[in-house]
Amino acid sequence: MSEPDISPLTPVLTKHWDSDRPWTLESYEGTGGYAALDTAFAMTQDDVIALVKDSGLRGRGGAGFPTGMKWGFIPQGPEKDGTVKPHYLVVNADESEPGTCKDVPLMMATPHTLLEGVILACYAIRANHAFIYVRGEVLHVVRRLQRAVQEAYLAGHLGEDIHGSGFDLQVTVHAGAGAYICGEETALLDSLEGRRGQPRLRPPFPAVAGLYAAPTVINNVESIASVPCIVRNGAEWFSSMGTEKSKGMTLYSLSGHVRNPGQLEAPLGVTLRQLLDIAGGVREGHQLKFWTPGGSSTPILTAEHLDVPLDYEGVGAAGSMLGTKALQIFDETTCIVRAVLRWTEFYKHESCGKCTPCREGTWWLVQTLARLEQGKGSEADLETLLDQCDNILGRSFCALADGAVSPITSSIQYFRQEYVDHFTRGGCPFDPAAATLFAPLGASA
Amino acid sequence: MTEVRSNGSAQVGLDANTLADLVSITRRYPEARSALLPMLHLVQSVEGRVTARGIEACADILGISAAEVSGVATFYTMYKRRTVGDYHVGVCTNTLCAVMGGDVIFERLKEHLDVGNDETTEDGRISLEHIECNAACDYAPVMTVNWELMDNQTPESATRLVDDLRAGVEVTSTRGPRICTWREAERVLAGFPDDRADEGPAAGQASLLGLRIARKNGWTAPSTEREGDPGSPADTAQQAVEQSDATDDASAVRVEESGSDTHGGKDEVDE
Repeated sequence: MSEPDISPLTPVLTKHWDSDRPWTLESYEGTGGYAALDTAFAMTQDDVIALVKDSGLRGRGGAGFPTGMKWGFIPQGPEKDGTVKPHYLVVNADESEPGTCKDVPLMMATPHTLLEGVILACYAIRANHAFIYVRGEVLHVVRRLQRAVQEAYLAGHLGEDIHGSGFDLQVTVHAGAGAYICGEETALLDSLEGRRGQPRLRPPFPAVAGLYAAPTVINNVESIASVPCIVRNGAEWFSSMGTEKSKGMTLYSLSGHVRNPGQLEAPLGVTLRQLLDIAGGVREGHQLKFWTPGGSSTPILTAEHLDVPLDYEGVGAAGSMLGTKALQIFDETTCIVRAVLRWTEFYKHESCGKCTPCREGTWWLVQTLARLEQGKGSEADLETLLDQCDNILGRSFCALADGAVSPITSSIQYFRQEYVDHFTRGGCPFDPAAATLFAPLGASA
Repeated sequence: MTEVRSNGSAQVGLDANTLADLVSITRRYPEARSALLPMLHLVQSVEGRVTARGIEACADILGISAAEVSGVATFYTMYKRRTVGDYHVGVCTNTLCAVMGGDVIFERLKEHLDVGNDETTEDGRISLEHIECNAACDYAPVMTVNWELMDNQTPESATRLVDDLRAGVEVTSTRGPRICTWREAERVLAGFPDDRADEGPAAGQASLLGLRIARKNGWTAPSTEREGDPGSPADTAQQAVEQSDATDDASAVRVEESGSDTHGGKDEVDE
C-alpha cells in the first residue's frame, strides 16, 4: 500500500455524533454497528489480540501503553494450584483529569461504540464480565450507558451465546461517587470493590491480580471505543494514520482561550499550530501564553512548542507528556501563579492520603504557592517550592503527586520572572476579569 | 448494635422496599461489597443524605462494620452528611473554568443565594458547591445541576438558573434532559434508570467542532475496501488546497453557532 494522503481531520469515533439519535441501537446498527462481532468471533481470541497489537493502538487515557500488549499479559490457563480464575475487563470512564473532556461526549453520543469495543475486548481476553466505571457527576452519560446496555442485551449483543458464538458476557454500569483518584487504575479497582479509592502497590499488576485479585484489563473509554473500527477496517487501515510509533486517529480536546473550543479528531502527530489554524486560533486580540498538552498533570508548554508533534514521542521529547490530549489554552491575560495555585489546590484536595509525600507535600505546596500568589513570598520561597517538588516527585504509589509537581516545576521553568514579579510588586499584576470569557473585547491584563 | 430493620424497636430503619432495592444491587456483582457505592447513592435518594441508619443498613446487608461503611462514605465528595437542596448546584472552579469566569460565577451565586460553599438555602431548594473539573472544558465556564451539565455559563445566566430552580420553573440541561430532583438523580446513579435517556441532544456545538470542519472541507479518515463511504482517493487532491482555507471555514462555523444560539451550547442538535 502506498503512503496515502491523510486528511488533517479524520472523523471516525466522532463520525456519527451529528446523526439522528446516534445513541440508539437502531442508529448504531444502521451504520454497521455490531457487525465487527461476527468478524471477531470467526477469529481465535489470540488472533484478535494480535490484530490490535498490529494496529499499534496505544492507551488513550494518558500513559499510552500498547493496548494489544496489555491484553496479551492476561495469563491463560489454570493457576499453579489448578484453579481457574475469571478474567475481567474494567473500562475506566472516570474522566476527571483537568482539561479532559473527550470520553463524556463519546459516551453521550455513541455509547454503543464503547459497548461493541467492550464485547470485542472481552472476547479477546476471555472475560465474561465487564464493568464500566463511570464518574457519578455526569448523570446523563450514566443514563445513556444504562440504556445502551439494556438495548444490547435485548438485541442479543450481550448475555449468553452472543450471536451464536458460544461466548457469554455480562456488562455492569457502575457509577462512581466523586474522587479524582479513582481514575488511577488500581484506585479504581479498590473503589469498584466497594472501598475507599486508594492506589495499590505494584506488582502485582492488575493483569495478574486486579479486580478480586483476578486477571484484569483496565482500559480507557477511547481506547476500547477504537477497537471496533480496527476489527472492521483492519490493522493496516488504522496504522496508516499517525506517526511511526503513535498510530491511528485520536480525540484532541481544545479548550480555554480559543475562538472555537471543541473536539478535533485527527491523526496522532498533528501539531497545536495545525489544530489552532483549523479551529480558528486563539481568541480574538490575544496571544497564546501557555498550554497543557494532556491535562494539568502534564508539564505546561508555551508558544515555542506550537510545532511539536502531538504524539507520545514528540511531546515526551519536548519535556511533557501527551496524556489525555487535553489542550487547555491560556492567553496572556492569565496569571501563571494563579493558574498553578488552583491546580495545586485541586491535587491537595484529591490526594487520597495514603502516601505521606503526597498527603503532606501537596498541603505544603499550597501554603508556599498561596504566599507567592498573594505577593508575600520571596526568592527563598521559590527555592523551597522547588525543594518540596523534589521531595514529592517519584515518592508515592501512584502518579497523582508526580502530576501535582508538573505544573509547578514547568511554570517556574518558563515563567520564573512572573513569580518574582508577584513578590517584588507585593501582589498579582493581572486583572482576573480580563481573562474571563465575558470580558469586554480588547480587555488586557 | 442498633436495630436497623423496619420492625426494629430502638430506631426506625429503612423501609422494606428500600432494603429490597439495596439487596438487589449486590446481585449485580460477583462479590457483594462491590455494591457499596451504588448502595450509598440509593441511601441518599431515600434519605436525602447518608444517614446513620442508611450506613447501618449497608453494613448489615454486606456483613461489614458500620465503621467500614462510614470510611467509604466519607471518602467520596458526592456523599453528603448534611441535607442538600432539591437542586444541588455545582460551579467548576478548577483552573480553566475559574479563569474563564467560574470564580466570578461562584462568588455571584454565594452572594445571590446568601450561602457559603456546601450550604443550602433556608427554603431547602438550592445547595451550592464548588466542584472540580467535570469533563466539559470545551464548554467553560461549566456548572452542574444535580449532575446534569449546564454549559457556557455567565454570572447572569447562573443567577437566572438558580432563580428558575427556586421558583419551580422547569429547567433543561444545556446538553441533557429536563432536570430531575437530587434524590431522583441519586436513584439513577444507584443503577435504577429513569425514562430520560432519550431526552436532550446527542452532542453540543463544541463536541461537533471537528466533525463540522471536516465535513465542510471533505476531510475523512482513509477509505477502506470493506467500507466504501469514507473519502475516496480523489478527494485528497483537493484537500491540500482546502486546508489553507480552514481558518475562514472555522470562522464560518462560529458565525453559524452564534446566530442560532445565544446561550452557547444550548443548541439542540438532534431534537
